[in-house]
Amino acid sequence: MQTLRCGLFLILVLVARAGRADTIYVSNEQDNTVSVVDGASLAVTKTIPVGRRPRGLEISRDGHSLLVAVGDDDRIDVVDLTSGSVAGSLPSGADPEVFATHPDGRRLFVANENDNLVSVVDIGSRRVTAEVPVGVEPEGIAVSTDGKTVLCTSETTSMVHIIDAETLELTDNLLVDTRPRWAAVSPDGRQIWVSSEIRGTVTVFDRSSGLETGKIEFSVPGVEQELVQAVGFVLTRDGSRAYVALGPSNRVAEVDVRTLTVRKLFLVGQRVWHVALSPDESRLYTANGNSSDMTVIDLRNEEVLKSVGVGRGPWGVVVAP
Amino acid sequence: MSLRLLVTVWALSMWLAMPASAAQPAAIVVGYLGESDDPLLPVGPLDEVPAREGLEGVRLGIADDATTGRFTNQRFELVERLVPKDGDVVAAAQGLAGRGIGLVIANLDAGPLLAAADALSATGTLLINSRAPDDALRGGECRPDLLHTIASRAMLADGLAQYLVWKKWTRWLLVVGRSPGDRLYADAVRRAASRFGAEIVDEKTWAFQPGNARTDTGHVALQTEIPTFTRAADYDVLVVADERDEFGAYLEGRTDRPRPVAGTHGLIATAWSPVAEQWGATQLQNRFHRQAGRWMTSRDYAGWVAARAIGEAAVRTESADAAKISGYLRGPDFLLAAFKGQGLSFRLWDGQLREPILIVGSRLLVSISPQAAFLHRVSELDSLGVDEEETTCKR
Repeated sequence: MQTLRCGLFLILVLVARAGRADTIYVSNEQDNTVSVVDGASLAVTKTIPVGRRPRGLEISRDGHSLLVAVGDDDRIDVVDLTSGSVAGSLPSGADPEVFATHPDGRRLFVANENDNLVSVVDIGSRRVTAEVPVGVEPEGIAVSTDGKTVLCTSETTSMVHIIDAETLELTDNLLVDTRPRWAAVSPDGRQIWVSSEIRGTVTVFDRSSGLETGKIEFSVPGVEQELVQAVGFVLTRDGSRAYVALGPSNRVAEVDVRTLTVRKLFLVGQRVWHVALSPDESRLYTANGNSSDMTVIDLRNEEVLKSVGVGRGPWGVVVAP
Repeated sequence: MSLRLLVTVWALSMWLAMPASAAQPAAIVVGYLGESDDPLLPVGPLDEVPAREGLEGVRLGIADDATTGRFTNQRFELVERLVPKDGDVVAAAQGLAGRGIGLVIANLDAGPLLAAADALSATGTLLINSRAPDDALRGGECRPDLLHTIASRAMLADGLAQYLVWKKWTRWLLVVGRSPGDRLYADAVRRAASRFGAEIVDEKTWAFQPGNARTDTGHVALQTEIPTFTRAADYDVLVVADERDEFGAYLEGRTDRPRPVAGTHGLIATAWSPVAEQWGATQLQNRFHRQAGRWMTSRDYAGWVAARAIGEAAVRTESADAAKISGYLRGPDFLLAAFKGQGLSFRLWDGQLREPILIVGSRLLVSISPQAAFLHRVSELDSLGVDEEETTCKR
């Protein structure tokens, strides 16, 4: 009976695992590829050659393609997910690093790091239709789910620029901690989150007033404070937790959003850049820039499951259901 | 209430509500004081003489500040004063202070820098040294209103020593050039050797006239001269002190023993190099190259850091006031992002910028110090250069 129960359990586990259909895509900025990792087997199933220096990436709204900013080729490559190869490209302005698709599915907002611009790309006509001047070295880009607001961080200026998605006017410029990297509007639409790499903080602003409402500070026992840097982050859909990549401290912090305190630190690969949640939010995937791998964290059991070797210089990570 | 009164009240309230900044932006005026340097003679056909070295970095820093200023409603203005070699630096410094400029970036050698600092001491002008690496300026000759964004020789030597010791290349042959700077660099190398546990097995002084390796028979002469010159007891690495680039390039591939070369040549310890591309440095390199039409040197970088430090302080203090900016630069909150992977700040005891030191090869970055093995109780960056307990600066 015991054996039977064990066997049944095993089968259930296997079914559950086989049922996991996530596909993870990691951009490798140093070898100009995107690694495709199967979420069930956690093995690399394909390596897709793309343009030079791929960093920001996103699954298209229709789920058919993967968009990859290839900075050194000044464009965004469009990977057809059925064939697993680059099928075309979109213009992006010079040196695109990060971009975000507007919820209307028609427009892309792209940070042009070398030109201090945000380019607006019309996907249908494949044209850059507008450019918005921002601070020095624009980096993080985010669009609110209501489609009204575009956020852009500028690293050297240390600001988050708030752009009206319709008029493309800058409605506010919030000074933030040194070298801001990533920005997001909270899922309820009420807060703006910005990470600062050099100060190692995440600052939370009230979206309507632009006032700072809180700040998350991080420390890792045994790691010099200078190395505890906040880079990419993601919020869960219910807005209760945030996962923040802490760069060269090789940790990801789980943050309780209500109290803005760190609940747990996960040890991941070296120089973790960006993180992505699986569609069911039971897993977190991290792109580790200096150790050429991706870490898989099981969030239910709060444990690191595995490191999967990918290409050189993993930077961005996205998950397709 | 009459309509007219209503309109007046409305206009008045709009005027009151309007931020003061909506008017003329406050100007942060930064002075630049540079003295021409004897140009280094190109050693090889690929060498370029960097035009406006240092100044181009300052200009880029001010341009970066100005981009930020557009959003904070601050205007940055650079007033450039370039004095010919051995010209009247003091008069030029006084001229800047006379215009009410309280923040001056100095691209000067140690002597003229001290003269300028002393001439301005009563004015409260902050001078930022972006050229002179002399440790004396951070020690016995330090001044209260003098900060340094160029790395000191002690920092360069310590950065190199940490890497060589980490490699276990601890027996050094020290080769020193003829210039006073070379002798000071050698002093820093000796200090670093004793700090980090290396041994200088032998020392040579380069006494030849700067030879011309590019004449038809130049390489023939060097092929016999350098092996003779470098004949020494066994060592792991040749450390060369040749700041004026007179002979350092002749050593690699010609030494008597098959040993690597490090220092001012070969494996170079420097605060900046065109090969730096980590931590977003590519963007800075691109921006600089686009502006200056050449690569960014460590003097350019020190100038850029100085201008950016002022900009950062002006933005954070929301002020155009030189005293406020100067105070913030030396306060606990100042932290500058400068493409070195961690925030940079000034040491309170001697005004030196604490920053990592790059160890570079001719085409790629080799390493970055501090090396992980060298711990420090406050900041590992303070394992490079003169620490608080050792300083002879009284200010």
